[in-house]
Formats: sequence, C-alpha cells, structure tokens
Amino acid sequence: MSDALLRLQDVGLGRGTRRILDGVAFAVARGDLVAIMGPSGSGKTTILRTIAGLEPFERGEIVVDDVRLRGGAPAGMGTLRAIRRKVGMVFQFHHLFEHLSAIDNVCLAPVHALGIARPAAERRAHELFVALGVEHRAEAMPRHLSGGEAQRIAIARALAVDPPLLLMDEPTASLDPARRVELGELLCRLVAEGRTLVIATHDEEFARTWATRVLRVREGVVTERDNPGNNLGNKM
Amino acid sequence: MRPSRPVFVVILAISAVVAAQPRELRWAGDSEGGAPFVEADPSRPDRVVGFDVEVASLLARSLDRVPRFVNITFTSIDQSIARGDADIGLSGIEDTPARRATLAATIPYYRFREVLSVRDGDEGRFRTLSDLRGKRVGTLGGTIAYEILLGAEREYGLRAVSYEDDVHPYSDLIIGRVDAVLLDNVLAERRRQTIAGFTVQPQSVAIGHYVGVLAPSNAPLRDSLNETLRGAMRDGSLERILRAWGVWNDDQPALYARLLAGDQVPAVVVDDTGLETAASLGVLSQWDAAHRYLPSLVRASLVTLVLSCLAMALAVGLGTLIALGRVYGARPVGLVLTAYVEIIRGTPILLQLFVLYYGIAAAVRLPAFVAALLGLALNYAAYESEIYRAALQAVSVGQLEAARTLGLTERQVLTLVRGPQAFRLALAPMTNDFVAMLKDSSLVSVLTVLELTKQTQIFATNLGSWVVPGLLCAALYLAMSLPLSALARRLERRWKAPAA
Repeated sequence: MSDALLRLQDVGLGRGTRRILDGVAFAVARGDLVAIMGPSGSGKTTILRTIAGLEPFERGEIVVDDVRLRGGAPAGMGTLRAIRRKVGMVFQFHHLFEHLSAIDNVCLAPVHALGIARPAAERRAHELFVALGVEHRAEAMPRHLSGGEAQRIAIARALAVDPPLLLMDEPTASLDPARRVELGELLCRLVAEGRTLVIATHDEEFARTWATRVLRVREGVVTERDNPGNNLGNKM
Repeated sequence: MRPSRPVFVVILAISAVVAAQPRELRWAGDSEGGAPFVEADPSRPDRVVGFDVEVASLLARSLDRVPRFVNITFTSIDQSIARGDADIGLSGIEDTPARRATLAATIPYYRFREVLSVRDGDEGRFRTLSDLRGKRVGTLGGTIAYEILLGAEREYGLRAVSYEDDVHPYSDLIIGRVDAVLLDNVLAERRRQTIAGFTVQPQSVAIGHYVGVLAPSNAPLRDSLNETLRGAMRDGSLERILRAWGVWNDDQPALYARLLAGDQVPAVVVDDTGLETAASLGVLSQWDAAHRYLPSLVRASLVTLVLSCLAMALAVGLGTLIALGRVYGARPVGLVLTAYVEIIRGTPILLQLFVLYYGIAAAVRLPAFVAALLGLALNYAAYESEIYRAALQAVSVGQLEAARTLGLTERQVLTLVRGPQAFRLALAPMTNDFVAMLKDSSLVSVLTVLELTKQTQIFATNLGSWVVPGLLCAALYLAMSLPLSALARRLERRWKAPAA
C-alpha cells in the first residue's frame, strides 16, 4: 500500500452530539476499485463527500496524491481547487446540469475550469460518449435521459477533467440487473485504463463481484476490511 | 293577508317618521380642492366650509331640502353626477361647451380669469403666452387652462406641463421646474397667500365661469336651481357669500347683469387672439375627438413604453445586485439590503415618487422623467430582488455541489449553473412584473409625466365621457402588453425550467 493514491487518517466529523465519522482510516492504492459498504446512514456517502472537499471535517487528514485536506479548519480555495483536479465525483442522483444538453454538461468544466478550447473539449466528450455507449444522446437534455444514460453522462462529465480518482455514490441504485453488469464492466475498464475508483454502495453482490477491496462502515466507523478475492483480470 | 292592528300602528309610525325627515340635496365636491371652494373646517374637520358649500346651502334651502356633502375626487365629479352619486356637482367646476353638451349645467354663478403667474423678476419677460416659446408652463390637467396651453403649444411652441393639484405648479415655478403657471385668478390669489416669489400678470388670457352640473335627466331641477341663482344674484345673497370668502370683484356684477337680462353667456372667451381655441374648447363628436386625441394618446403610450422598459431594465439590474448581496453577502450587507427591501415594500409607491420629486427637490432637483424612472426602478428592484433571491435559493444544492466538484470557482458556479437556472425560474414572475409595470407607470402622472392613463383622463374630462377614451386607452395598453406576454411565453418555452 506504499503507492496509495488516497489515504484517510483518523477522520472525524459530528453533527451536534451525533458522530457521523469516527476515526475513519484507510488507504486506496492506484488502480484499486474499492467498495465502501454499510447500511443507510452509516456514513459511507459522507466519506465520499469529505474526500471530494464538499464536507469539512473536524479532525484527521485526507491525502489525495500530493494534496492534503486537514480537519478542524475549512480548506482554502487553492487546496479545494487542487483536490478537485484529482477527484471526480458521480452523485447518486447524477445532478446533471438541468439547463444544459449532455454534451454541454461534459464540456463545461474542461472549457471553463481548465481553459481547454471548445472544439478540443467536444472531441474529448465525444470520445467519452463513444466509450460509454451514449454517443447518440449527446444533444439530449438531462430531463430526456433514462437513469442509466444519465449515469453514463455523469461519468463522462467527471472523467472529462481527467481526475486520477473517481468517486461514485450508489452507482447501482437505479439500474436493472443487466445494466448492473454493464456498469461493472465499465468500471473495470476504467481501472484498467489506470483510474482509481471508490464507490459507496449497499449492493453486496455488486461489490463482491466487481470490487478489489470492500470496506464496511457502521455508525461512522470502518469495522471490517476484506478482499473479495476478485481479480480484475478475470472480469475483463 | 291584512296586517294585524299592532303591526299596522308600527308601520304608520315608521311612515310618519320617514315622512317627517327633510329631503336631502346631495351635492358633490372635492374637499381636497381646499379654500375658498370647499375645505374641511379647521376647527371641525368633519364639516366642510367654502363658498361652494354656501352656494349648495342656498340652493338646498330654496328646494326646502337639507344639503348633504358627498366627497368625490375633482376629476370624477362629472362622471359621478352622470351616474347619480349626487344631485349636483359644485366645486369650482368650469363651464365648458363639453359640459353643456353632456350634462345639465346651471347658469354661471362666478366669472374668473385665466391668469399667467411668473417668477418675480420675469414679469417684464413673460407677459403673455407668446413670450413663452420653448418654456415649460404648468397648470391643472383637464382644465380650460390646460386646453389653452395645448393650443399655445401648437401656436407658440411652449410646453404644457400637467399637474394633479394646484400647489405644485407654483412651488415648481419658484424652484425653476416651470417658467410660468396658467390657472384661474382665484387659485393664483390663493397660492400667493402661501407661496412667495411669483407675480400674477394683470392681463388675463381667457375668461371662464364656475357652474353647477347635474345629470341630463335632472334638467327640470337644474331649471329651478337657475331661478334660485338668478334670485340670489338679484337680492345680493350671492354677493354676500362671495364677499365673505374674498373672491368678489367687478367681473361679477357685469356677469349677473347679463344673466338677469336673459343674455346667453359663452362658456369661455379667450382673450389671446393668436390662439385658435374654438376647436379645442368646442363640442366634438366622439369620432372627431378620437381622431384629434389619438396622436397624443399614441405619444403618451410611447412615454409609457419607454419609461416602463428603462425602469424595468434598471429594476432587473438593481434587483439582481440586491438578491446577490442577500444570498452571498456578509451579514451587515444582508441586513442593509433586507432593510431596503422591507422599507420599499412597506411604503406606498406614490409616497416614494413624491419624496423623489418634491421631497428632495431642495437638495436634488430631478427632472420629472428621471424621478419617475428612478422611482419605478427603485420600487420594482425591491420586488424583483425577492423573486431572484427565491429563484437562486431554489436551485438545488446538488447542482451547486456537482459544479464545485468539477473545479468551477464560486463565480463560475453562479454565472454558469446557478444564475441560468435561477433565471428560468424567475422568468414567469418577471414577465408578470413587467406587464404590471406598464400599468403602474400611470402613477408617475403625479410627477407631471404625461403618460397614457393621464392623457386618457384629460381626454375623457374634456370630452365628458369615458367610453371612447377608455376603449382607446385599453386598446393601447393591450397593444403593448400582449406582444410582451407572447414574447415571454416563447422564452419560457425555449428555456423551460425542468421538472415543472
């Protein structure tokens, strides 16, 4: 685990008297597909949010590559910008920008956050759409997309800024069994391309089938780490 | 069924009481018009005093009735009389050919002169209307004086400025917003007692008369009141009333002599021979009137449209800044902006317009159009800001977080994601406000801005009817608001807010 892309140490967060995260610590190696599992309210989404810099935490630290978030004080804008170059996030409900078409959703950050010229951003978006099998939906508005299509566009949007670490919250929540298999295969391809993935899920079967490691969280504490024994090579 | 004996007695008693009640003569006037016509008695504000009050008592007595005052806005007296709200209107009401044609007018009981008032020092420069080329001349809208000024606009190139009351023309004369005021000698003399710094020119511009007005169906009552007035001219009781209120002069005996000799008195005599006023003061058919007034109504619509568009653009800009300040600003900024919004929403727009135009005139003398524009914009900005604030806050946190995780700065989140989505939510209420602004802009007529509603009111007063002017006015407002609504619907369809 010396080549860890992500490392959490003693991360703690409370709301009032309630502990949401309590001394969460784990590391994720480059090229891992880690599933964080646990019942609703156990803190798995909050872990993803703290890594993405959306949730300030009280103690501990999170290191992504060479960027460090410290607990106890809100992160500065520079640190947040740096962490967001490293971390992409796909939300459970996708949160595609409702006023923009699929292609505009994907091009927004490359053009405005990275300063990439629009034609180049569109070419990259198109490549992603082809890879994700949604090239025919490029001009569609989010309200006209199915759940699975919206998820793929959201993945394309997150990948468009090329982050080494991709976080996904409940990626199987709105998918039927066939789509779940497609998603698993897609995630494996991303890992094979060198991407590191952390997914929060309570889909035991999905985690056991596709993840290289599973962390179990209960009441804000990582209680169990197991290796499902999966070998990504077998799944590809 | 025959009533039983006790019931019969009660009915008889009630009938006797009702029969014993003296009949009333309901007379309409506007106590806001003030002394010497009609004003609330300073010692007993529930009572009115003035020469018109005493003329009303005189008329009521002759009919063996009790006078009852009905307070009606000056500009609505004709219409109220026509629809029967009162028996007679008496409140310095001018004799005009239009009134004679559309109502039953009494014989005149007072002769007045339209006189020109100018600032002290200007009396040698501005003697007559022809000296006022290119200058602004104020008067009360919907009066003979206003019609004369419209004629002088065409003839001499001066600019007629219409006021809603007879105080502000003189106060604006003193501070230089207008260069002269044309009103009757009674009003001019009354103002001279409270406002210093202006001179009334001795040469009169026109001669006119005050009359009582009754509904056309009340012509027999009018005839009997005319007899009473002639009697009062003969026995000196009218003179006593007018002397008591300080308005008696040599013009009155001459008028009374002609009336008692049975002569017809023309409604208005314009002394200024250069003015072609016969048409403007004559009786016009509804069609001729529409034809004559349409250009000025279209011009007034343009004022309404330009004013509304500019004011709305300003209100949108200011409202956006206020909303952003309240959503993103530090606490003190938020508190100051909240106070602004609450003060503006909690006070009438009319008051705000008055303060901007008249209230701060000693420090900043805003031109009428600018004051109107600012007044509407500042008022609407408060309401717009609440729409935008609500719309900004209605954009889901998920959308903002998604934008942040992509590495957009807070400013980019606002301009690329939150702002555009909020705009879609705000579009429908914004359009609604724009249409409301088109109509609310009529309030700025209190600042002498001649917009569509005011022009219509002047048209209706001169014509003595609201039917044609009202229809034309409604058509013009619809011509402005319907395309706007259609445009808004198109925009809404194009930028439809999702999941609506």
